[in-house]
Amino acid sequence: MELLIKNGIIYDPINGVNGEKMDIAIRDGKIVENVKESKALKIDASGMTVMPGGVDIHCHIAGSEVNTGRLLRPEDHFRDFERKTPNTRSGVGHSVPSTFTTGYRYAKMGYTTIMNPSMPPLEAKHTHEELNDTPMVDKATYPLLGDWWFVLEYLKDGKIEECARYVAWMITTTKGYAIKIVNPGGLEAWGSGRNVSSIDDQVPYFGITPREILRGLCKVNKLLNLPHTIHVHTNNLGKPGNYLTALDTMKCVEDLASEGKPAIHITHCQFCAFKGSDWRTVKSGAEEIAKYVNNHPHVTLDIGQVIFTDTTTMTADGPFQYSLYGLTGNKWVNHDVETETSSGIVPFRYRRKSYVHAIQWSTGLELALLVKDPWKIFMTTDHPNGGPFIYYPRIIAWFMSKKAREATLKKINPRAESRSLLPSTDRELSFYEIAIMTRAGQAKALGLEGKGHLGVGADADVAIYAINPETIDPSKKYKTVRKAFENAAYTIKGGKIVAKKGEILKHVEGATMWLDVQVSEPIRITEEMKRRFREYWTVEYENYPVTENYLGVSHPITIKADV
Amino acid sequence: MTNLYPIKEFRFPVIAECMNPDIFQGKTRQEIEGLTIWEGNKQKKLGELFKVEETKTEHQTERTTIAIYGDVSKVRRIGAYMTNGEIAIRGDVGMHLGEEMEGGKITVHGNVGRWAGSMIKGGTIEIHGDAGDYLGAPYRGSSRGMRGGKIIVYGNAGNEAGAYMRKGVIKIYGTAGQFVGLRMRNGTIYVQKDCEGRAGACMTGGKIVVGGFLESVLPTFTIESVKKKVKIEENERIEGPFYLFLGDLTENSKGKLYVLKEKNPHLSHYEKLL
Repeated sequence: MELLIKNGIIYDPINGVNGEKMDIAIRDGKIVENVKESKALKIDASGMTVMPGGVDIHCHIAGSEVNTGRLLRPEDHFRDFERKTPNTRSGVGHSVPSTFTTGYRYAKMGYTTIMNPSMPPLEAKHTHEELNDTPMVDKATYPLLGDWWFVLEYLKDGKIEECARYVAWMITTTKGYAIKIVNPGGLEAWGSGRNVSSIDDQVPYFGITPREILRGLCKVNKLLNLPHTIHVHTNNLGKPGNYLTALDTMKCVEDLASEGKPAIHITHCQFCAFKGSDWRTVKSGAEEIAKYVNNHPHVTLDIGQVIFTDTTTMTADGPFQYSLYGLTGNKWVNHDVETETSSGIVPFRYRRKSYVHAIQWSTGLELALLVKDPWKIFMTTDHPNGGPFIYYPRIIAWFMSKKAREATLKKINPRAESRSLLPSTDRELSFYEIAIMTRAGQAKALGLEGKGHLGVGADADVAIYAINPETIDPSKKYKTVRKAFENAAYTIKGGKIVAKKGEILKHVEGATMWLDVQVSEPIRITEEMKRRFREYWTVEYENYPVTENYLGVSHPITIKADV
Repeated sequence: MTNLYPIKEFRFPVIAECMNPDIFQGKTRQEIEGLTIWEGNKQKKLGELFKVEETKTEHQTERTTIAIYGDVSKVRRIGAYMTNGEIAIRGDVGMHLGEEMEGGKITVHGNVGRWAGSMIKGGTIEIHGDAGDYLGAPYRGSSRGMRGGKIIVYGNAGNEAGAYMRKGVIKIYGTAGQFVGLRMRNGTIYVQKDCEGRAGACMTGGKIVVGGFLESVLPTFTIESVKKKVKIEENERIEGPFYLFLGDLTENSKGKLYVLKEKNPHLSHYEKLL
């Protein structure tokens, strides 16, 4: 099928197109030079903004922790439900929507690629089953490898290459996409009821420090030529004064970066940018983090913006979730995933009038505005930890309009308002910068070749928003901007129009991207390894791997490793 | 005043959110008959399931009144979200009566299903029969219970009455089931007769008054004193003497549990601890 998007105002940062009026031609799910105008289906996009389909680098949408979150929160579902339509299935959910609803809601906002950031390898099958049921978007998932016993053991012995082989095996076996590290060392310590409090603390039994894990896996990442960097959730997350830990984490891989390429991605950075010694004196550490990131090319961040709403926090960071339960007294789930990781879930409500929550809100926006290069910082809410992804348009409005920020500032806790750096920041992002932070930058950081741009040969994932950047002043009309981004005028996925003005027109299955990492000497599955599986895992080795036919639509990406 | 008569005995649950004085206000009979209502999985018109009758009262009061005559024990969510007006029901009523109502009054001369007055914020519900389980309790999983208003039951109530309560008054003139005031944070619950047990489990504040027999007080409550009388509401005090227990200590809290001394001689050993 051929498609022609006519007269749209194009923002395609990867190809340097900044608000030019152009036509986009699509044939067989790819963007091409031109198509025959008489034959093609035409979309009149005059006076509309055309961007590549949105990319979300970090959103918890599938897997055992999300599903447990669903079970834990019936009250989250009963106010927010969707009836079935001829094209869509019914579903529920505000902060932890059903898989189908997740796909539909992303498509309505113009998103076409999303990344599920935490998959305990043991739960890989479950995660892929849910990803198969998440329609409309391409997706991938990151296995949690920072506390896997094999990794800890090989890194302790300094066998980087051997470790790399095992990591390659694990990524391919669980059909993952990147190395996710959550609270390195802390999760293993949590297995014995402890945690680590800095990156130089020893992990019990293994005698290794978080610094060694981070550096080791960063080297492994480089050896394997993985498209994304290591994806790190820092130690001490959600504790006052943790911006120092975040800075230490970034510094510890400084020397491993080469050619100005990023070497580490710090995820939901807002949660690790707290200054102060306790909750009463907590302040934003965004300035220090932004200063460091502005001066170093090897770091990318995503925000993890907080939205004032009721949500469900879920991370693999068991000790952090336990302390969150201590703060809220709310119902909670905590779990130790055998030899691999841990996890926890606590429902949470962010309140405007709470000092800490208001500071968190402000910190997220400060990070986004103080980091000068939009290619280094991406928009996320760490869905659903900071808030559900359906609130992205609201964040875009805050980015683009000082007036919007001031309107919210007036409503928040007065003490937090007086300490916020936002009133002193005049920066208002342009549509071009928004396009970087919501799609191009994320696709580049993830190393996705066909995504996040509209050049010839790219996947035909396009979002068209009914807003004219030439006539509208987003800093004044921020509500119009918000409305436009809430429901894309058209969402095109793989060359097909899937959503129009907030309505799903077509149900399409997205592909699951995974890395087929080819090492010269793959690890051999020895009897010794099988024995360990029998001893330490609840599943036998034979039941562990996710085979390719397990994936709904498989999209392998072959990577040649250096080991 | 609008009178509604169920035409038949319902086989399937009927969801009748539209039975709300706010919605009925200013509508003609035909318009009321045209309101949508769900019977099982079928959407229907109110007129198909109920006979609607308009009666003119002599005093044209501002309040809209709905009177329902007959067995509506399969009809759910009557008076949900109402903010003013009155509903009077002569017969049994189904689940979720007056869910999240903010004002007005509901009177029932009959028994009421589960979750009556769930999450209400204001207004009054008067039940002249028995109430089911979860009286005034929130939706499953939610911790935002009753936030105001008053629920009066002249019969008995089921389990978990006033769970997660935050404000308001519940008065039960009959007996209550297990877990009265489970996890309540504030407000007052008065049970005139017996209580099945585990009263005030995990409560973090508020007041529960038991005027009848309570088999045992949870071990996580400590005795504080003996009080002569207890205030339930403005101008309403109950004569005691009452044992006053504080708890629940598992939550590190000091909610108040009053138990009538006269009906509970088996609790007298607590007096030694005073």
